[in-house]
Amino acid sequence: MRGTLRRRAGAGRHRRSGVRAGQDVGRSCILVSIAGKNVMLDCGMHMGYNDDRRFPDFSYITQNGRLTDFLDCVIISHFHLDHCGALPYFSEMVGYDGPIYMTHPTKAICPILLEDYRKITVDKKGETNFFTSQMIKDCMKKVVAVHLHQTVQVDEELEIKAYYAGHVLGAAMFQIKVGCESVVYTGDYNMTPDRHLGAAWIDKCRPDLLITESTYATTIRDSKRCRERDFLKKVHETVERGGKVLIPVFALGRAQELCILLETFWERMNLKAPIYFSTGLTEKANHYYKLFITWTNQKIRKTFVQRNMFEFKHIKAFDRAFADNPGPMVVFATPGMLHAGQSLQIFRKWAGNEKNMVIMPGYCVQGTVGHKILSGQRKLEMEGRQIVSLSQFAHGIQGKVAPDSQHLCSPPLLLQLEVKMQVEYMSFSAHADAKGIMQLIRQAEPRNVLLVHGEAKKMEFLKQKIEQEFHVNCYMPANGETTTIFTNPSIPVDISLGLLKRETAIGLLPDAKKPKLMHGTLIMKDNSFRLVSPEQALKELGLAEHQLRFTCRVHIQDPRKEHETVLRVYNHLKGVLKDYSVQHLPDGSITVESILIQATAHSEDQGTKVLLVSWTYQDEELGSYLTSLLKKGLPQSSS
Amino acid sequence: CSAHLRWELPQWQHEDLSTKKLRLTKPSKSAALHVDLCKATSPADALQYLLQFARKPVEVESVEGVVRILLEHYYKENDASVRLKIASLLGLLSKTAGFSPDCIMDDAINTLQNEKSHQVLAQLLDTLLVIGTKLTENPSVRMRLVEVACKHLTDSSHGVRNKCLQLIGCLGPVEKGVAKEAESQAAKDVQKIIGDHFNDQDPRVRTAAIKAMLQLHERGLKLQQAIYGQACKLLADDYEQVRSAAVQLIWVLSQLYPESIVPIPSSNEEIRLVDDAFGKICHMVSDGSWVVRVQAAKLLGSMQQVSSHFLEQTLDKKLMSDLRRKRTAHERAKELYSSGEFSSGRKWGDDAPKEEIDTGAVNLIESGACGAFVHGLEDEMYEVRIAAVEALCMLAQSSPSFAEKCLDFLVDMFNDEIEEVRLQSIHTMRKISNNITLREDQLDTVLAVLEDSSRDIREALHELLCCTNVSTKEGIHLALVELLKNLTKYPTDRESIWKCLKFLGSRHPTLVLPLVPELLSTHPFFDTPEPDMDDPAYIAVLVLIFNAAKSCPTMPALFSDHTFRHYAYLRDSLSHLVPPLRLPGRKLVSSPVSPSITPHEDPSQQFLHQSLERVYNLQHLDPQGIQELLEFTIRDLQRLGELQSELAGMADFTATYLQCQLLLIKALQEKLWNVAAPLYLKQNALASAAAKQILEETYKMEFMYSGVESRQVVIIHHMRLQAKALQLIVTARTTRGVEPLFGMCEKFLQEVDSFQRCFISELPQMQGSFVDKLLDLMPRLVTSKPSEVVKILQTTLRQSTFLHLPLPEQLHRASANIIEPTGESDNPLRFTSGLVVALDVDATLEHVQDPQGTVKVQVLYPDGQAQLIHPKPADFRNPGPGRHRLITQVYLSHTAWTEPCQIEVRLLLAYNSNRSKAAAKIAKSTWNESPEALPQPENGIEGTIPFSKPVKVYIMPKPARR
Repeated sequence: MRGTLRRRAGAGRHRRSGVRAGQDVGRSCILVSIAGKNVMLDCGMHMGYNDDRRFPDFSYITQNGRLTDFLDCVIISHFHLDHCGALPYFSEMVGYDGPIYMTHPTKAICPILLEDYRKITVDKKGETNFFTSQMIKDCMKKVVAVHLHQTVQVDEELEIKAYYAGHVLGAAMFQIKVGCESVVYTGDYNMTPDRHLGAAWIDKCRPDLLITESTYATTIRDSKRCRERDFLKKVHETVERGGKVLIPVFALGRAQELCILLETFWERMNLKAPIYFSTGLTEKANHYYKLFITWTNQKIRKTFVQRNMFEFKHIKAFDRAFADNPGPMVVFATPGMLHAGQSLQIFRKWAGNEKNMVIMPGYCVQGTVGHKILSGQRKLEMEGRQIVSLSQFAHGIQGKVAPDSQHLCSPPLLLQLEVKMQVEYMSFSAHADAKGIMQLIRQAEPRNVLLVHGEAKKMEFLKQKIEQEFHVNCYMPANGETTTIFTNPSIPVDISLGLLKRETAIGLLPDAKKPKLMHGTLIMKDNSFRLVSPEQALKELGLAEHQLRFTCRVHIQDPRKEHETVLRVYNHLKGVLKDYSVQHLPDGSITVESILIQATAHSEDQGTKVLLVSWTYQDEELGSYLTSLLKKGLPQSSS
Repeated sequence: CSAHLRWELPQWQHEDLSTKKLRLTKPSKSAALHVDLCKATSPADALQYLLQFARKPVEVESVEGVVRILLEHYYKENDASVRLKIASLLGLLSKTAGFSPDCIMDDAINTLQNEKSHQVLAQLLDTLLVIGTKLTENPSVRMRLVEVACKHLTDSSHGVRNKCLQLIGCLGPVEKGVAKEAESQAAKDVQKIIGDHFNDQDPRVRTAAIKAMLQLHERGLKLQQAIYGQACKLLADDYEQVRSAAVQLIWVLSQLYPESIVPIPSSNEEIRLVDDAFGKICHMVSDGSWVVRVQAAKLLGSMQQVSSHFLEQTLDKKLMSDLRRKRTAHERAKELYSSGEFSSGRKWGDDAPKEEIDTGAVNLIESGACGAFVHGLEDEMYEVRIAAVEALCMLAQSSPSFAEKCLDFLVDMFNDEIEEVRLQSIHTMRKISNNITLREDQLDTVLAVLEDSSRDIREALHELLCCTNVSTKEGIHLALVELLKNLTKYPTDRESIWKCLKFLGSRHPTLVLPLVPELLSTHPFFDTPEPDMDDPAYIAVLVLIFNAAKSCPTMPALFSDHTFRHYAYLRDSLSHLVPPLRLPGRKLVSSPVSPSITPHEDPSQQFLHQSLERVYNLQHLDPQGIQELLEFTIRDLQRLGELQSELAGMADFTATYLQCQLLLIKALQEKLWNVAAPLYLKQNALASAAAKQILEETYKMEFMYSGVESRQVVIIHHMRLQAKALQLIVTARTTRGVEPLFGMCEKFLQEVDSFQRCFISELPQMQGSFVDKLLDLMPRLVTSKPSEVVKILQTTLRQSTFLHLPLPEQLHRASANIIEPTGESDNPLRFTSGLVVALDVDATLEHVQDPQGTVKVQVLYPDGQAQLIHPKPADFRNPGPGRHRLITQVYLSHTAWTEPCQIEVRLLLAYNSNRSKAAAKIAKSTWNESPEALPQPENGIEGTIPFSKPVKVYIMPKPARR
């Protein structure tokens, strides 16, 4: 029995600003309507804009209604600002009082980043009409924290479940399920483990739709090991010859990975040179990394009993004065693109010495010092005072940012800085590559795939591949576009145990893969479906049972006596219907299974015998066969 | 009937077993059970009785009776849980050794008939399985059971179906012939029956079906190729157990039909089955469940028939960036190397993507083997990574070209975050090192690991370098530089590094040759200062050069004068590292020992035998002469042991023996014994000290050498007996009164008796020895007074001859060396008194048999308090034959001290003569019937032998602060 009702699962991608070339990724905000429930996935901001465009246009969701009434819940996949940056604005300024779901680490770290973001925007740039600290606090009060693989019942029908996603601490993929329809939203994820996080994993949940990011839709990356080895070798060599290593990083995510990498290497190789980490945001963040050990990779989880790997032995807090200390050292400093702050200060101090080295662990936007030195520029023009960049804040946290270069212009007081130190580039990215995306699709076995986060051209390639390999539909809607996906949900029906047992007893062994034919009565009452035996259905409905019988008279030319005719018929049928139980009853009638055959002499013509065949409608098949058989007459030889 | 007895009447056990024969009739046990079961008022009660009953063993004779009683109750019982317990008891009882369960089989099968409960049914089938496995020789029984199982395969409970499949798997007919003969239903193809359940709705049953199939395979049935298709489908199952089992099944089939041809779905092509299976298993290396991934990775290693084309794909991963082809870091490294500009610093954009790639040609999900190992080695779980490394190792061993290709990946694994994985990959590399030559950049990465703080890793790496082929002289130089760096950082690695350089030199003489002037820093015109001979780094360089010079006759010409001097010195002091060289102007120091020469022809071996011969032959010298000769011989032997490391064990052993003899002779010197009683004192001191020392030495001889045979054990025991006699004599002369002597004499005579029993077969060879004479006098001794006994002993001791000690083939002395703690630290280890502090102990053990049982750590505190620590079995590692390594933690604690003080840590060898070979012999010969009757101190330590130098550790327990 298979339901063939059709339902609609709508999935719309909500607004994303124009895509720039490169690694630009904008704000993430997706609205999913599934079986009448509306769920908002992520609530990100765009780093590139400083006006209204930085937040999603929430009026799009409800033209003029309250958001709380329309949305059943909001889900935040991880703490990066392009996934959660607009949250206080959304909940406090636009107004949303429903539940917001995120994992525990995300809930812990997210407010720190929001507060940092707010400080830079309001305190440094002096913007008004921005959310306040109190708003962040109020917003966080609406957050419900979830555990991995915990099924959270949002309301009676809607349930969500988080899966591990790698990427950053606490990043999760979410399965949203209503009835038997489900959507999986991946957020950002990483299919290869790194030094502090494991790989994303999902079970074979076969969702109707998988919404996956596709930042690296056209890339297949090399093994991480080579990169790590190169990185360590470079640092090691520089330290050995007494040089200083500067690693500009963003405060969260990759920084921790590199710290663990260096920390374990120092431990392994018994090195003594000091490693420093510039303070501030990081200290708080490291604290949370220490707390959420269960979210890290196998090695850290296993060795945690002896020692928490984030209790760094070799890495200490950095002080401004240390930069002038003699001897080798390694310093992690923010921000990551060398456009301002501590990392730039240290860079200026150390750039003149060829023994030193700077390692850029990520992409640098055009116009930043980082970009200049990476493209081989050896002479830099620097202003006498510190550059104030309007986009500086963002880049405390995010790797994939596009600050506008115009902000870097400042009044001239130029100094020549000759860069003698070695410049190295080392890319550590925590997004799944094309192979990883395919692997996730293979694990989850979705019926439809929807790609978000990426360039149209690249996504086109991946889309084609997905359709080719998995034979599923793949969608890649533009911003603001709504995609509607038809699902083929199965309708659960309760079946009474008695009926099930009875029916299974008839046939062969039940086979999971094949549909099975069953007889029963479907009762649809009060929004529930039940399959019961006909008797019970009648009882429940208070109806009397009616029996439908077919009767048919067959005339046979047989001069003999009635009982002899009956005997002949009996022998004939017994000969033909070997597999059925044919019985000759003492009252002179014949039964074939439940079909009754009686013979009477014709009232007029004694030579013609009338065979009365009677069967219920359930036995229609056998009954009509029997009739046609008898109509052919009896074989002569039987006499 | 001893077992029976113990169980019925335990208090009788200790009484005389041999005289009382008890015949207990069998119903006693079953009757009791019957009564119990009848008494039971509720199912819970009955269950309690059964549980109690199950705790006790049942003797073979009464099994059948008990089974009958149980069955009787089974039919009466209404409660399913009781029936379940009865069913499980039936299984347990059928297992009883010596009981043939065919008599109860019919009953057991009958019980199945009316059983309604699925759980009980499953349990009954389990019982049948037990019965069947006990009667495997009987084909008709097996057939019958299989038939029963087939009948229940349609049961609706997964548990029952599970057991049925298990039963069919274990008992199904394996031989073709039998299947044809039997006309019954069960003769149907068991494979077909099991195969039908591959699609069962319950994953547990599916797993059981695959397992049953595997079981049939293990029992020798050739599986049909037809199930390959079915098995492949199971790889996509939702449940990991099913997938894991299916991977195994596919592997089995690929081994059975490697050359069969299977079609590739959705194309017209066909490939070999083993290749197809390989591709499928490779695919499972990226499965969602790590259990399956481990399984798949492990099995890959044993698929050696796979085509090289497929094999090489496993290491292949096409990189791309923005749809443009990118080279992997490995490829770039290789290119740089071949273009000759290795080690240029990498710039940004160095890895910039090159050519555009055809979007259609990119295969993101490979159906084949592509990149399986790349995935496996990058896996999140280290279990998978280890399995992948192992598989890589096995495949590389059988395919040199693959070995060459996987090198890059193995080298990468040297930097894994988990030490176990690093170690495993180093070992793997060593195993395949015959097939490979390391490129310079690879060598560079390998050598970087030399700085690892783990000793295990470094030592494994040294082993690896011992058998590595290096292609260039720069490579050799690099290796030497890194090894020297390693030496300065970890001076304790000295021996291991020297050994490594020895092999490195002898493997690459031609590559070392051009480096010699630089390494020795010689100059064509100027004399350079002579390096310090004691510098381990200089020795390391010399070891490399001398070993290379062995097969490179032109090299010595480059040496300067002091090099020759150093050669002579090192050849003498480190003979195992420095080979004999043919140097200009001087004779070969000693002819190279070629393996063809047997040890007997070896001059030093000859010397050993000659000197021993001398000692044994000179029986009738005057005591003075004997003493001198013994002293000389002992000295000679000791020196020989120092010079010839192979003979060290032998020489030490004999020297110890002679030393014992010498002590005995000295102690028995007549002059002293004739002195009047008041002057005994001095004599006593000497004699009792000698006796004590001999005892100690005999224990050392017996337990500290590996390779001691029973021939030697007799002699050692004999010597010990003599020492005990000496002790008795000394005590007799010093103690007043006879009472204590009675006991001692009796004990001594007992020991003589047990000696006789132990070594009865060896006695004929001991003509004229102490024990020989003693046994002759035995009747007299038993009846004599103690004073008489002592007198007899004294004369016998003096008159007895000196026994010849035969030497075994190989003899090694157990030795231990504590590496950590070094004992050099001046900083006391401070801790609060009353609390514990953990001290890391790291030691190497050589030639210790069963170190887990015998090696102990002793800690001696300054107040004389001694503490014996038993290290855990897991603390011992076995890096090579005859070698062990102990890495453990010792917990120290003490009350507060006023100032830091030194404690001593040493290793002891614990022995227990009951566990020794002699004791084993006793047990075998006399107490064979009931060994447990003899109360033996299990695991008891009789005594200990210190066998390492003590190390001093400075510690300071501080008083606790209030």
